[in-house]
Amino acid sequence: MLELALFYIFGTIAVVSAILVITQHNVVHSAIFLAGTLLSVAGIFLALNAEFLAGVQVIVYVGGILVLFVFVIMLIAVERSTFERQFNRQWKIALITSAILIGELVYVVYQGRDTFVLAEPAVPLVQGAAGNSQQVGMGLYTTYLLPFEIASILLLVAIVGAVVLAKKKTQTE
Amino acid sequence: MDQFFQIQDIGAIAPELEMAIFGMILLVADLLIEQKRKLGWIALVGIGCSASFLVLQRLRDVDVSAYGGMLVVDPFSAFFKFIFLLGAALSIAISLKYLDIERENHGEYYALILFATMGMMFMASAVDLVTLYIGLETMAIATYVLVGFLRNNQRSNEASIKYFLLGAFSSGILLYGMSLLYGISGSTKFVEIAEALSRRPLTDPISLMAMITLLAGMFFKIAAVPFHQWTPDAYEGAPTSITAYMSVAVKAASFAMMVRVFMVAIYPLRPEWVPIMSVVCVLTMTLGNIAAITQSNIKRLLAYSSISHAGYILLGLIAGNETGLVAIPMYLLIYTFTNIGVWAVVVALRRKDVIGEHVDDMSGLFFKHPVSAILMLIFLLSLAGIPPTAGFIAKYFLFAAAIETGHNVLAVIAVLNAAISIYFYFRIVVAMFMREATEKTGLVYSPGVLTALGVAILFTIFIGIYPDPLITMARQAVVMAF
Repeated sequence: MLELALFYIFGTIAVVSAILVITQHNVVHSAIFLAGTLLSVAGIFLALNAEFLAGVQVIVYVGGILVLFVFVIMLIAVERSTFERQFNRQWKIALITSAILIGELVYVVYQGRDTFVLAEPAVPLVQGAAGNSQQVGMGLYTTYLLPFEIASILLLVAIVGAVVLAKKKTQTE
Repeated sequence: MDQFFQIQDIGAIAPELEMAIFGMILLVADLLIEQKRKLGWIALVGIGCSASFLVLQRLRDVDVSAYGGMLVVDPFSAFFKFIFLLGAALSIAISLKYLDIERENHGEYYALILFATMGMMFMASAVDLVTLYIGLETMAIATYVLVGFLRNNQRSNEASIKYFLLGAFSSGILLYGMSLLYGISGSTKFVEIAEALSRRPLTDPISLMAMITLLAGMFFKIAAVPFHQWTPDAYEGAPTSITAYMSVAVKAASFAMMVRVFMVAIYPLRPEWVPIMSVVCVLTMTLGNIAAITQSNIKRLLAYSSISHAGYILLGLIAGNETGLVAIPMYLLIYTFTNIGVWAVVVALRRKDVIGEHVDDMSGLFFKHPVSAILMLIFLLSLAGIPPTAGFIAKYFLFAAAIETGHNVLAVIAVLNAAISIYFYFRIVVAMFMREATEKTGLVYSPGVLTALGVAILFTIFIGIYPDPLITMARQAVVMAF
């Protein structure tokens, strides 16, 4: 019962602040509300006994990515961007289509509520492990070893790509 | 099977490993080598090594599932990997001079192509959602960057950001479907997902939702209508060599993934996805061809033509019998040769101060440069599917598959569409042969472009006249996998 209550509380905070992220004119406010969304998602993870994921969510998303956002905001002129026209002229169509999509999803989930029993996940890899950090670690280095290794190349591609697109003209050009 | 990793597994991913290693070598070599065109040659050597490992795997008949069932090495994946390597090699061959003209010859370009190709190879081998998705993202992120590689060109930047935003969105939808599949099966392996799905009733809302979100994500990747809007913009803005790469390799990889997912993981839902796919197939073919008629930019025209080709290939999945499945890899291989040929000519049109993307830039090509006009004619005939070119064999198999399985209406629509496509392909032909040249400067043919053209024309004609070896290979690839 407590789990359910926690889910609804965190879920509501997450959704409301997500909406505020995209409706605020001031980017700093958006960033703060984004922190709210990310933290409440971490709360949901915690309520689902995924402590490791909750920790990662806080450290990486709130501690890392969001701080980077704030740094970038610091470097650009916030005052001016507040008064500039934002080009979201298609927000009405977007609102209607997303409302339809949400309606459909709710309908389908409601229809399938009896059969939507989550399958039992595979047997825990480590019996009697202290927390699920150990489980996640074992998963990454055994079952999901290959995708874990490919992910390193994926990150390399992302870094190289970001540098390529962002770097200034070199002298030779 | 229970072993997560054995030392032989390294052998199973040797071709992919080779690509990753050469990609990293290129990143380092970029600092040491002044003349960037040499890096292209290193990349080609890497592709050659990878291809030889692939051949070695085939010769030793390694049919294994490696890493505890994360991926399989089978003739099906080998056939697709061969297409990716071929597409990558030919695209690099046509880039060498082109990038110099665009003044954007950097080592990262070749490294990113190799990494993207590695991602595709994992996609073709993956029989697990996680491996599949990581491979897909590796390919996609590298492609986003490559599309925006002309940093000083506004269109290239715009194309990249559009492709990136829509691509990220569609990946999100795809992931949602995957998470639902994991939710109802408790496993990320295709076989176990299929088992879990077959235990549920056919009209189960949750499995249908998973199927529809997966369909939407994958239709985006293959640029099927109504998820095609990014294609003309991305294809037009990207460097022409990358457009060529996207239209052959990225498309082939997306189809490899689609065949695996739809013929294995959600095969139990086949009665449900065939009608959806049929509608999308008709829309894709028709809209792609009709929109292509009105285009005056060659890159946009070919982008719409590539959309319609994705529609034809969907026929193979809809048919789902042996002929249909054989036709998919075959079509993609033939399409690779033909399309690279067309793009090589378009690349040659790009010279200093001339963009060479308008249909008018083709005018009088026959009088200026008869050989390239004739080559272009043959490639366009092949794209339209007229015998004795390879394109005819490819289309023949797809249409035959549709008729064999009783999809007569679809087959008729497809043939009508092929007829429409002749119209706009021949607009280019008319410009080349019957109009006066407006632009006097000659074309720029580098050795790389010439090689690519040579390979492309050789196989386009050879497969058209003597398709048996290819058919046997494709059949072997499919029969053993499904």
